[in-house]
Amino acid sequence: MSKILNVGQLGKTYTSGSKKLTVLDAISFEIEAGETFAIVGPSGSGKTTLLGLCAGLDEPNEGFVELSGKDLSDLNEDERALLRNKEVGFIFQNFQLLPTLTALENVIVPLELQGQKNAKKVGIELLGKVGLKDRLHHYPSQLSGGEQQRVALARAFSTRPSILFADEPTGNLDEETGQKVVELLFDLNKEAGTTLVIVTHDLELAQKTQRILKLKGGRIVANETVSI
Amino acid sequence: MKNQSTSKAGISWIFKMAWRDSKASGKRLLLFMASIILGIAAVVSIQSFSANLKDNIALQSKALMGADFLIDSDKPPTPKVQAIIDSLGGADAKGVSFPSMAVFPRSGDTKLVSIQGIQGAYPFYGELETVPLNAAGTYQKTNGALVDATLMLQFGVNVGDSIKIGNSLFPITGSLVSAPGTGGVGASIAPPIWIPFKSIEETGLIQIGSRVGYDFYFVADEQQDLEELDRLVDPMLDVEGADLDTHLSTGQRLGRNYENFGKFLNLVAFIALLLGCVGIASSVHIYIKEKLSSVAVLKCLGATRKQSFFIYLIQIAGMGFVGGFLGVLTGLVLQQSFPLLLQGYLPFEVEISFAPQAVSVGLILGVLMSVLFALTPLLSTWFVSPLQVLRVQDDNGKNSLTSRFLVLLAIMLFVFGFAYWLLGRLNYALYFVLAILMVFAVLGGTAILFMRLVKRYFPNSWGFTARQSLLNLFRPNNQTAVLILAIGVGTFLISTLYFTKDVLLAKTSLEASEKAPNLILMDVQTEQKEHAENSIKSSGLEVLNNIPIITMRVQQIKERPVRELILDTTTTMNKWILHHEFRVTYRDELVSSETSLEGTWPVEKTPNGLIPISLAENVAQGAQVNLGDKLIFNVQGVLMETYVANIRTVDWARMQINFSILFPSGILESAPQFHVLTTNVPDTGTSASLQRQLVKQFPTVSIIDLRQVLSVIEGILNKISWVINFMAFFSILTGIIVLIGSVRTSKYQRIKESVLLRTLGAKSKQILRITALEYLYLGLLGSGIGLVLALVGSFLLAKFVFQTAFIPSWPPFVIVLPVITLLVLLIGLFNSKTVLQSPPLEVLRKEIN
Repeated sequence: MSKILNVGQLGKTYTSGSKKLTVLDAISFEIEAGETFAIVGPSGSGKTTLLGLCAGLDEPNEGFVELSGKDLSDLNEDERALLRNKEVGFIFQNFQLLPTLTALENVIVPLELQGQKNAKKVGIELLGKVGLKDRLHHYPSQLSGGEQQRVALARAFSTRPSILFADEPTGNLDEETGQKVVELLFDLNKEAGTTLVIVTHDLELAQKTQRILKLKGGRIVANETVSI
Repeated sequence: MKNQSTSKAGISWIFKMAWRDSKASGKRLLLFMASIILGIAAVVSIQSFSANLKDNIALQSKALMGADFLIDSDKPPTPKVQAIIDSLGGADAKGVSFPSMAVFPRSGDTKLVSIQGIQGAYPFYGELETVPLNAAGTYQKTNGALVDATLMLQFGVNVGDSIKIGNSLFPITGSLVSAPGTGGVGASIAPPIWIPFKSIEETGLIQIGSRVGYDFYFVADEQQDLEELDRLVDPMLDVEGADLDTHLSTGQRLGRNYENFGKFLNLVAFIALLLGCVGIASSVHIYIKEKLSSVAVLKCLGATRKQSFFIYLIQIAGMGFVGGFLGVLTGLVLQQSFPLLLQGYLPFEVEISFAPQAVSVGLILGVLMSVLFALTPLLSTWFVSPLQVLRVQDDNGKNSLTSRFLVLLAIMLFVFGFAYWLLGRLNYALYFVLAILMVFAVLGGTAILFMRLVKRYFPNSWGFTARQSLLNLFRPNNQTAVLILAIGVGTFLISTLYFTKDVLLAKTSLEASEKAPNLILMDVQTEQKEHAENSIKSSGLEVLNNIPIITMRVQQIKERPVRELILDTTTTMNKWILHHEFRVTYRDELVSSETSLEGTWPVEKTPNGLIPISLAENVAQGAQVNLGDKLIFNVQGVLMETYVANIRTVDWARMQINFSILFPSGILESAPQFHVLTTNVPDTGTSASLQRQLVKQFPTVSIIDLRQVLSVIEGILNKISWVINFMAFFSILTGIIVLIGSVRTSKYQRIKESVLLRTLGAKSKQILRITALEYLYLGLLGSGIGLVLALVGSFLLAKFVFQTAFIPSWPPFVIVLPVITLLVLLIGLFNSKTVLQSPPLEVLRKEIN
């Protein structure tokens, strides 16, 4: 298997007034293509910051991130955006659907950015897969939280990304809906063979992945394979 | 390796996204649309109407004059003038005109009219429209009179009746529906009556002191260069006290008559558009703020900065185009109403036509102003980080200083370009831009000073709510500067418009007090004076004024003969002074409409036997003379050496007999003179019977019934003020929209804080009071400074643009200031409504996430 994500000696500090706050310090790990991976840790441990750096949403102060063989520090903001469009899918705790676009339009935006001609057909198919065939033209505000997250799932898988980052995907859902969304996430992931990186507090969810990276105070405290 | 720097989604996708997003954002852009529509509507309607007015004047200039050119003089032509007339091939028609009293023998009614004695086939252009139609061609042969149609209706006179003018009785052969140069205010006060030139002498009305105009009308060859003719012949005529007017210059002069009105309308357009721009900036600010999280998501999904920026740029430009289009339509509807509203004010009919330039400028302006004033918030989309999808950042989308500066520069260039297009003068455009920059600087500076003062002298002993409201003013992320700027600019523009409107209306307003003279007897000869006074007294009335008038011309100014000055092309002296036949009076005191500026009046000692005179300020400026300068007057053949002993202001707008030049008593008593007598008549009946009696006794005396004049002028003023108020209302409406937009901008900041306070246990009443106090401070300060700036701005406008005195009117102080403050307060409280009505968590989720 090839490496899809390679993180080396990654460091991130924020400056607040005259004080420097180190959020991540000397983080190194690798993820193989097709692997499922969880990043866990208490609040303030740097999970979300790490996800942002891995996905090219932010720039580190130290170290490097290689995504699909490309060093993100060699790319400018627009080049990173294009890389994300081609290689990366996202699922967020707050769904992050575009409020002025319908469910179908939300799903097909990444495909349209790629210039895909059959975006609409793919979008309808994907929404059918997540059980929202009759909600294609509804706006996010007309959908429940679970439905919105399912639209987000369809959007994340629409470009068949190499890697999918999920930030607390069940954080804003009740337990039952959360479970359904997680099942759907893993099913779609299995079907697409995508690398899945989940950031979560939820250890039960983390246990469903193949490997867990534990963070504390911005440092790795464990990087272990989950026993099945 | 694949080229990673270009997205495959083309421009069509950007358009598609712009359209998708705007479909669901319609309501949020209402304020934006309203700002554009109102701004553009004002510009298009005013500019279209102005273009129509200019075109009509140009097209109708021949018809307005009735000839290609004319030579006119207020005295019979001198031999030299006659020689010039002859050298031009002789006049094609001639006329004599003067005001006089007309009597309708059947009823005995009298009326001040304007007599036109015509010889020849005048008018050569335009129409002499009469009923019956053939009367226009026969009145000279039949020795009949053509009488103004409205006048005939007013006095119940019909064709076939007779009219007495001076000593002569004329049969009315037709009613005069329209004639060149008639109409407008003048025709309402002294309606025209046309009689044959040959019959003028028999009327016995032309005597010394009579205000008579002699006109010689010419038809030019098609090839004749009228401007060249004007340039060559006019100076020769000037020396003889005559004048050559071409139909082109008449058109220009007519255009100048409506200059102030036009200037004001342009000011309205300028202010409405500026307010629209501020409205755009504030509404787009909120709109884009709401879109920043979507932009972050788009970037996260792979959209480039350019793509996300262009989605909203195209959207705003598209909305600008639609708004501009709707604004143009509204403007065209408004344009149609102008001629109806101004009927009677303009001396000709304005045909409304489509003005392509105004319409295209409207459409371009819609897009340009939308994009330019939306650029600052739009640029945030460029700088917003995709990391926003993971965590909310307070400084998200902060623009770089360079980009802000460039946008500001572009905005200033736009304002400058627009002002130049509107006003047609580079210096005016530059002053306007500088004034706007000053307004922003003063408002911004005051806001910063205010924050520092509050921080420095913070009243720690005050209660919780009062302290919180003050803290809100200078805490990080406060809205003080932004709101004071927006409220201040809005108030400044609205109040400037209001002050200026009132200044213009006051300039022509009339005060009719009970004891003021309301019946004026003009051209009373010295030998008639005593009889006329007796007639007034015998009617039980009082003679209020007996003003002697002597006519004279200037012969020399500061040792230079007027003839030489007329020929001197380098002199900047006002030429009308050199040609004018002044009507001068003598008295030893100043009257209520006069205020001494320099020197004294009366004068006790006179140096070298020179006669002291007092000059009105405009005459002194026009003749470029100061105190002590020498002037020689030609008083009907007798030269009088004088010096300027006093310069005074004269309120020409007052309805009373005012004079440019005053002589002291004891000098002119024996000069040939005539008199003006005034009296106050209590009612229309008394006025009519006195007029009948006086006209019978003194046919050469003209009588002006000021009550009639007042009602005519008031009618016209009402029309003008209605239009001015209506257009001002347009701008004020835009201003209110701006206010709503700008106060709503602060919504997000305050909601976060109010929710936090509520979470910590603050009561609704406390939150309300904190919010109310904060907006009260901001409203009062913003509108207060705006008002002060408006006072300064209006003073400068009155002095330099409208050239009139500035007396501030009260409504901005008692209406604009409190209303704007109240409005700010209400909108601010309305913003907090969601906080007070819902649980904190719900609000936090809805408003912030």
